[in-house]
Amino acid sequence: MAYVRQVLVVMVKDLRAELRTKEAVNASLSFALVVLLLFSFAFDPSEETTREISGGLLWIVFAFAGTLLLNRSFARELGNDCLDALIAAPIPGSALFLGKALANYLLVMAVELIALPLFGVFYNVRWTSQFWQLMLVVALGTWGMTVTGTIFSALTVNIRLREVMLPILNFPILIPALLGAMQLTSALIAGKPITADNDAWLKMLIGFDVMYTAVSVFLVETVLVGG
Amino acid sequence: MNAVAAEGVWKFYGDFPALRNVELTAAPGACLALIGRNGAGKTTLLRTIAGFSRPGKGEIKIFGNSPRDAETRRLMGYIGHGISVYDELSALENLTLFGKLYGLPEPRKTALEWLERTGLERVKDGLVREFSRGMRQRLAVARAFLHGPKVLLLDEPFTALDDRAIAVLQRLLREALAEGKTIVMSTHQLREALELATHVALLNRGQVAFHGERTAAMVSDPGWVYAHYGEA
Amino acid sequence: MRDKLLYIFGVLAVILLARDLYLITGFPAERNQGVIFKIIFFHVPMAITALTCAMVAFVSSILFLVTKKFQFDALAVAVTEVGLAFLAGNLLTGSIWGRVAWGIWWTWDARLTSALVCWLLYAGYLMLRNAIEEPTQRATFAAVFSIFAFIDVPIVIFSIKWWRTQHPQPVFWGGGSFPPDWKAVFGWQMLAVLLVGVVFTLVRLRQEQFQREIDSLRRMAHAL
Repeated sequence: MAYVRQVLVVMVKDLRAELRTKEAVNASLSFALVVLLLFSFAFDPSEETTREISGGLLWIVFAFAGTLLLNRSFARELGNDCLDALIAAPIPGSALFLGKALANYLLVMAVELIALPLFGVFYNVRWTSQFWQLMLVVALGTWGMTVTGTIFSALTVNIRLREVMLPILNFPILIPALLGAMQLTSALIAGKPITADNDAWLKMLIGFDVMYTAVSVFLVETVLVGG
Repeated sequence: MNAVAAEGVWKFYGDFPALRNVELTAAPGACLALIGRNGAGKTTLLRTIAGFSRPGKGEIKIFGNSPRDAETRRLMGYIGHGISVYDELSALENLTLFGKLYGLPEPRKTALEWLERTGLERVKDGLVREFSRGMRQRLAVARAFLHGPKVLLLDEPFTALDDRAIAVLQRLLREALAEGKTIVMSTHQLREALELATHVALLNRGQVAFHGERTAAMVSDPGWVYAHYGEA
Repeated sequence: MRDKLLYIFGVLAVILLARDLYLITGFPAERNQGVIFKIIFFHVPMAITALTCAMVAFVSSILFLVTKKFQFDALAVAVTEVGLAFLAGNLLTGSIWGRVAWGIWWTWDARLTSALVCWLLYAGYLMLRNAIEEPTQRATFAAVFSIFAFIDVPIVIFSIKWWRTQHPQPVFWGGGSFPPDWKAVFGWQMLAVLLVGVVFTLVRLRQEQFQREIDSLRRMAHAL
């Protein structure tokens, strides 16, 4: 119980600090918009073509926009040496990590849930026919992205080229998760529910999330205190 | 039992030993001043004692326990080079946050008390980024004292402070010593530090060159330790 | 001692490679694919060596986190670099084969794609190392990332396999057209390539050790 409270305290702290300035959220949202707009020049945005590549398109937008938010996660602690105070506090490293990951998750999800209807409007695609299954895929894919992104944000926080290093580390690791999420999203937006044909992707996505959450929770203390 | 004990502590940066076989102790109620030149390992030692990084060899004991134990961390307060409070949060929010992280029974009430003790109650709802430097430093002091630590670790506490913050900190440190709390501080401000200190340790290239009680000779001549135990 | 080992392995590898090359050139061209088929004698051993390197990197990263001994960090970075070189060789030979057999340099086939993804993963490892100054932190963070990367390797391989596959099925298990006398040579060639990997790793290990000593001396000099 105390553990859950500690996770929530860290999460609320991060959300409050971010929402007070909205710097990262605004940057992420405008970036998502710009990328969505750029895609319209890359191909003929008719409903048919868009539907076919919608999964890829959306997840590229999500991954890029998410990176901007994830970069801020530990960078926020850097300014006044706040990370020291958090490490000094009597909470486990994993509670600190999960709190930050949850805050990132909510922020990234919020940006995605704004980008999704905008995508529907811009490209004239009716995307809601499998709404709940789509939400499930978005939720699972985003958690995978957030959990590795948060731990890599801790890895890269005080090194040279921090902003560049995060996507360089995170995207290759995420390829299986993104691939699965893209396949499922394309199918769901085309109106096809998840069946025995493609539920292997869903299982893979869940496996990816569980595996990396476990490894991150296990290794975060090493990252924060140097083993 | 010693409040703080470093037992044969080594710390390596690659193959380079930044701390070499450091043996130091501080009894409850003692105030240990760590002195030494830049790069002698003062900050590294303090951070290792605080549990921010683990020693390569040897052990740190706080009242006999590892500084990474949650219970031990509740007993320690640390002030480093940064103020360790959030610019985007208000003074009260910052202190309440740390009160909650330390599991205090009434975090908000304790936070308000400390804002009063550091003379910040008037600006409790102001965002830290709008604060003057002195106000930020007093808030940092309140943050470190909030949970009533028994061991205070201070890295160059007087260096960046303005007069008022120095006065607040010195008063708090004297009170803490009177209550039997333990202080370990690294410092260049020999005069301020030696007045307060009961013990002195000189670090030289990661090694303890001198460790003993502070004497009257040290207070009257702050260069005394360097002259007798430092390098030529 | 280690120097002697290095030379022995080096000489052994050269002799084996020369012998295998002589034998391989003597083999007749394969029925369907012609001479290009022989590239498999390099292509496959390189892939297996690269995979072995990834495994060694994973184990030594864990050992570093447990023991804090820098020898394990040096081993991890050495095998990762060697593995990357071999994986690059694997991609290159695969590409050459593809040009002759399929008429294209590159295709987004399952194995090619997953090899490329793995290459990028471990290239990220080296970039992360480059960006961190302090040796203990560098070794720790790199070890953590290496663990993340290794766990990803099977997930990448399987997920991309589901995605698509048009790679020729492995010829050994599928029954293919691999004569028995080729198999023996293939075994020796496997050993030869692995030995080359070991020699490279030993050389890199020595460099790492010198680098660490130089680093530490430099810090010592700064501290004076």
